[in-house]
Amino acid sequence: MDKYRCNVMLCGGTGCSAGGSLKIKEALQQGLKERGMEDEVNIQLTSCNGFCPQGPIMIIYPDDVLYQKVSPKDVTAIIEEHLIKGRPVERLLYKEPAKKQSIPTVKDIPFFNKQVLRALKNKGLIDPENIDEYIARDGYQAAAKALLEMTPEEIIEVVKDSGLRGRGGAGALTGMKWQICAQSKAPEKFIVCNRSIIEVEPHLILEGMIIGARAIGASQGYIYVRSGAPIIIERLKKALTQAREYGLLGENILESGFNFDIELFMSSDEFVCGEETALLMSIQSMRGMPTPRPPFPAEKGLWDMPTVINTVETFANIPLIIQNGAQWFRSVGTEKSAGTKIFSLSGALNNTGLIEVPMGITLKSIIDDIGGGLIKGRRFKAVQVGGSTGGYIPEQYLDVPVTYEDVTQLDAIIGSGGIAVLSDLNCMVSSAKFTIEFAVDESCGKCPPCRIGTSVMLELLNKVTTGTATEEDIDLMEDLAFDIKTTSLCGLGQTAMNPVLSTIRFFREEYLEHINDKWCKAGVCKELCTFYIDKEKCIGCGACARICPKKAISGEKKKPHQIDQSSCIQCRSCYETCKFNALKIGPRRMREELMNSDIPENSTAEESSKEVAG
Amino acid sequence: MPRLTVEDLKRIKEQHKAAFTVREGGARVKITVHMGTCGIAAGARRVMETLLSEINRQGLTDVIVTTSGCAGLCSKEPMATVEVSKEAPVKYVQLDEEKIKRILLEHINQGKVVEEFALVTGNETAI
Ligand SMILES: Cc1cc2nc3c(=O)[nH]c(=O)nc-3n(C[C@H](O)[C@H](O)[C@H](O)COP(=O)(O)O)c2cc1C
Ligand code: SF4
Ligand code: SF4
Ligand code: SF4
Ligand code: FES
Repeated sequence: MDKYRCNVMLCGGTGCSAGGSLKIKEALQQGLKERGMEDEVNIQLTSCNGFCPQGPIMIIYPDDVLYQKVSPKDVTAIIEEHLIKGRPVERLLYKEPAKKQSIPTVKDIPFFNKQVLRALKNKGLIDPENIDEYIARDGYQAAAKALLEMTPEEIIEVVKDSGLRGRGGAGALTGMKWQICAQSKAPEKFIVCNRSIIEVEPHLILEGMIIGARAIGASQGYIYVRSGAPIIIERLKKALTQAREYGLLGENILESGFNFDIELFMSSDEFVCGEETALLMSIQSMRGMPTPRPPFPAEKGLWDMPTVINTVETFANIPLIIQNGAQWFRSVGTEKSAGTKIFSLSGALNNTGLIEVPMGITLKSIIDDIGGGLIKGRRFKAVQVGGSTGGYIPEQYLDVPVTYEDVTQLDAIIGSGGIAVLSDLNCMVSSAKFTIEFAVDESCGKCPPCRIGTSVMLELLNKVTTGTATEEDIDLMEDLAFDIKTTSLCGLGQTAMNPVLSTIRFFREEYLEHINDKWCKAGVCKELCTFYIDKEKCIGCGACARICPKKAISGEKKKPHQIDQSSCIQCRSCYETCKFNALKIGPRRMREELMNSDIPENSTAEESSKEVAG
Repeated sequence: MPRLTVEDLKRIKEQHKAAFTVREGGARVKITVHMGTCGIAAGARRVMETLLSEINRQGLTDVIVTTSGCAGLCSKEPMATVEVSKEAPVKYVQLDEEKIKRILLEHINQGKVVEEFALVTGNETAI
């Protein structure tokens, strides 16, 4: 093994790869070769660093310097300045949003240093396609311990004591699920890893599954992967091959006498196929539709045999628990929600991406410390917790700790681990409607509450967003949502109502503004808003006129501009462009008032035709 | 590829120790070679290459090598700063291949500063 003085870790996750990591790697290799430095500097592709929106990401060790938005044309500067002279390339460094100050090292960037890495401890640090690097970071030590030093009962005991709860859905206790399966006398058992958007080291998943298989007595496992994730599939295939070559899968693993192998299974793209009973159907070549529980898969799953289904992140925690013990696992998190959780942070924040944080952290801390607060000019409105079917939590609850129990109290869920921050540019009714449209599309149609109920709900929400609803419709929606939630067969129908229920609960006045004032203050519901310019505030910079796709804005330079209401299509571009707070959003009735009364001195039509000509 | 045993897992981990000292930090010794334009002209690259190949040859896993720009003493280039953890950094000047080898042997391996090549022993830190 050659020693390199410097390791350039280039992110090869899905996002950065799409951004051109491979091209950067080639340019680097070329540049180093030209300067005879290829034996000094090692270039390595890594898994996702979780900072995808800032990608492609490059981290240089031992300096711990992070570069963002790197492109092949930056390579010369990186070699000449950094790799030869040891001086970071200023323009590629991460900048603190508020102060515009550069922060060179990963350990000083709040997005990273406020996280607690466990399941993601190898992110950006090892080559996901090289099993040796995984082993170098203590990989497969836990599998060795579980297979050679522990009984299945002991494994289950530790997992139970750790308090680990499923990271992919409702938060079932993993140890309990395993125990039910282990205690069955069935002749055969299976273990399945459910698909996920979270990218962890492939070998971490394999190791977690090997330990689980040993605990329940399964000899065959399946990994259900998203067919639309070619990089992840490729890496898993390589990992399986390497693990088999090393005898970490197959017969007599690590000379323990235990046999176990894993097969990849491409999932269909349908959302419902991630639901565990639907997943089982699809692996058995039947249409992926949920079936009633009980019986639970742990009792009766694949081919009627007991089957444990866990998600990627759950399995990723297992090797760490086996290696470090239940007490270590509980050293972060809360009593009932122990350990860390990976979230996909998105929305109107300065920093977004994939993060791992202790359970029990407050939403405020996630938003302000890791997310770096809201992007300039935006005001916080709500945060959606739990992915597309998660509920919306308003500002007064941002101090609530993120745990399974606390979040459920607020009509939200931990769910798939999505956290999206909404600002004054988001309409809460439209946001709830978006989820219902999703549910209507994705409902498998098996049970009436979900099949029919979601469509009825969508009609009601459409009435609100077009200004034809009455106040009674709000009560109707609440009742209907409650019924769908409590009577649907699977989690899709049960959770899809969270956004409706939570927005009615916390943003009722926004529903009332839509219904009574015909006013969507966020300017999203096109039929319920009027864009106009405040003459007192407008300085006539012309920015809005330039951006307007309909050339509906006119005015002399440095004089107040105006909007021709008959051409405006309510696209909101002007509103988002004006830096002087002169663009306003009024209720629907203003449109007619403006068209009838306020005829401008210099004809708008003439003015805008001039602009087109010029 | 052979089937692994628990001992093999340990062996593979050991083999990669050097790479992870670079990535994870926690090295015992950090050697900074000054690679400004003046330093490169004076032969800093050869010093660097010698240093790396010696470290490789001896299989040292707790030493990292980095570079920095000009140290502002062009007449004394090539220069390197040696920082052993918990000890004051030492700057070595007017280096060549033989001198850096001796520094590696005496200072890094045996813990004795090579006074005759050293500039100052102070609490300045190489950047
Ligand atoms: C409609 C629906 C879709 C789901 N999709 C996924 C999915 O894509 N991946 C996943 O891991 N879990 C998904 N789940 C949750 C699974 O049903 C199941 O609870 C989970 O995989 C169990 O693993 P855990 O105990 O480790 O959380 C979905 C649930 C529902 C109701
Ligand atoms: S709740 Fe919806 S998705 Fe689930 S089984 Fe019923 S119809 Fe299908
Ligand atoms: S962008 Fe704002 S200030 Fe500039 S012309 Fe438009 S409304 Fe006026
Ligand atoms: S909302 Fe869109 S169409 Fe209307 S004036 Fe503004 S930019 Fe033009
Ligand atoms: S893919 Fe590079 S940071 Fe996520």
